[in-house]
Amino acid sequence: MSDTVPPRHPARGYSVRSLPGFSIVALFTVATLYAPILILVAYSFNSGTSLAVWEGFSLRWYVQAAQNGEVIDAAIRSLYLALTAAGIATVAATMAALATTRTRRFPGKTMIYALINQPLMVPEIVTAVALLIVFAWIKVATGYTSMIYLIAAHTAFCIPFAYLPIRARLETMDNTLETAARDLYAPPMKVFLRVTLPQIWPGIIAGMMLAFVISMDDVVITEFVKSAGQDTIPTYMLGQLRRVVTPEVNAISTVILAAGAILVSLFFWISRERR
Amino acid sequence: MAQAPDTPLAPGALEHELEQADSRSRWLLSLPAIVIITLFATAPLLVMVLYSFLTPGDYGNVIWKFSTEGWTNVLMQRDIFDDTLIWADAHLSIFWRSVKLSLITTLLTLIFGLPTAWFVATRPKGQRELWLFLVTVPFWTNLLVRTIAIQELIRAEGVINNVLIFLHIIDEPIQMMFTDFAIGFGMTYVYLPLMVLPVYAAVEKLDFRLVEAAHDLYASRWTAFRRIILPMIKPGIIAGSILVFIPCLGAYVTPRVLGGGKNLMFGNLIELQFGAGRNWPLGAALSFTLMAIVMVALVYYVRLTSREEKTDV
Repeated sequence: MSDTVPPRHPARGYSVRSLPGFSIVALFTVATLYAPILILVAYSFNSGTSLAVWEGFSLRWYVQAAQNGEVIDAAIRSLYLALTAAGIATVAATMAALATTRTRRFPGKTMIYALINQPLMVPEIVTAVALLIVFAWIKVATGYTSMIYLIAAHTAFCIPFAYLPIRARLETMDNTLETAARDLYAPPMKVFLRVTLPQIWPGIIAGMMLAFVISMDDVVITEFVKSAGQDTIPTYMLGQLRRVVTPEVNAISTVILAAGAILVSLFFWISRERR
Repeated sequence: MAQAPDTPLAPGALEHELEQADSRSRWLLSLPAIVIITLFATAPLLVMVLYSFLTPGDYGNVIWKFSTEGWTNVLMQRDIFDDTLIWADAHLSIFWRSVKLSLITTLLTLIFGLPTAWFVATRPKGQRELWLFLVTVPFWTNLLVRTIAIQELIRAEGVINNVLIFLHIIDEPIQMMFTDFAIGFGMTYVYLPLMVLPVYAAVEKLDFRLVEAAHDLYASRWTAFRRIILPMIKPGIIAGSILVFIPCLGAYVTPRVLGGGKNLMFGNLIELQFGAGRNWPLGAALSFTLMAIVMVALVYYVRLTSREEKTDV
């Protein structure tokens, strides 16, 4: 024992950073996070009708979903809703973020901040039934049922999600470049477009993507606000679960998962860029 | 901030004016966000306060007549025979299930989340971000899809039952769907990342020299964990627990899909009043009851995290 070369990293033998059993539990947990999703994806490629017995590889459920008019309508509606809501929310959130960062305390700053984050503080089901009450009243009074209700509701709860990354981005910058531009008599709009915007665009893109994902995923508020025939992909799937579930639901789920995973990876990549 | 020009005019007054103009323009810039959120998130809550004090209509909606029945019905109900107020047992059992399942879920996410957070935080710097990414990605994927994944796992003909039957551990499939177990299992799965992230942040900040010192003083691993590590990561654990507990209490999708029509939680009870129950004032009152509990937890959380930020400096 004493003749052997001493270990180069004595800490490796006895590390205060390792705790017995923790690594096993951790690896088990991470595996468990992915296993149900992977099983769901696997069965979307099952050629049989069953969700239990594997009968061979096939894309038939993807074809069936792609030919299902209800699914296509819901998908288009979801995309339209998420793009509109995330778009408006991002513009409003960018303006609010510009107003509430890089400044001393001004009267009402805390109030603006609290208001913007308000949708995050209230359980979604509570916001959903409150919107149901108000919108039911407006719908009866005006007889007007269009996507505008869904767009309004989604925009409101998307704003805090769009706001956070933009604010985070702005807080890493200081005012010097903008002050310099103003000192050189650049008009405010030009300062924003030529100096501020190029610096904060990763935050804006990240915020918009986050808002888009949040809107696409929403079930609860959509379920309570939508009028007849306004199913989005999540509410369509929720409705399907009441019937006999075929791997078609898995196929739709897989497409959502894939799209979501790509967006989230992009989001991480963009928010990493700032370092 | 613009500099006050060096004129002989009272400089204090000018600065004050500039500051006011600055505040005004900042309010103006925030206006679209404020208006949208006020109209479509805050104001509906205020309207709902009003609705909680009205009389339920026969076919849903309300009759415009003042009544406190909505609020008393949260906990009490009128006996159908002699019209006396008695405890609403159905509601109480649903509240109890909500709190019980939320607490169990919080505990389970801690049991699995703490080692996971520890593991991720003690990886070499280069790997850490990848592990963190792996833990976070499922959280950002669709909640309904993840719930469906759990449903397919625990259904009567699901993967778990099939494997157990294949291994001859059981003969008949175990009924796991539409039970409290299903809801607890699903919520643990869905909200686990909310526990991992704050605990991870706490472990990452941990000063390991203190742990080394404990070991130098002949503390066993268990003693060092209990006396040194645990007290230092406690704020992270409390934060994670609140972050898990809050969405559990207000959960709607997971109990609806996995719990079915019988095992209701708070969120489903609220929905019921706006659907088959046709008691909008009660639904409104229940919503504020839920919101009040969540607010208490949130205020506690905010106070905790702001205190932590102060000690960081």
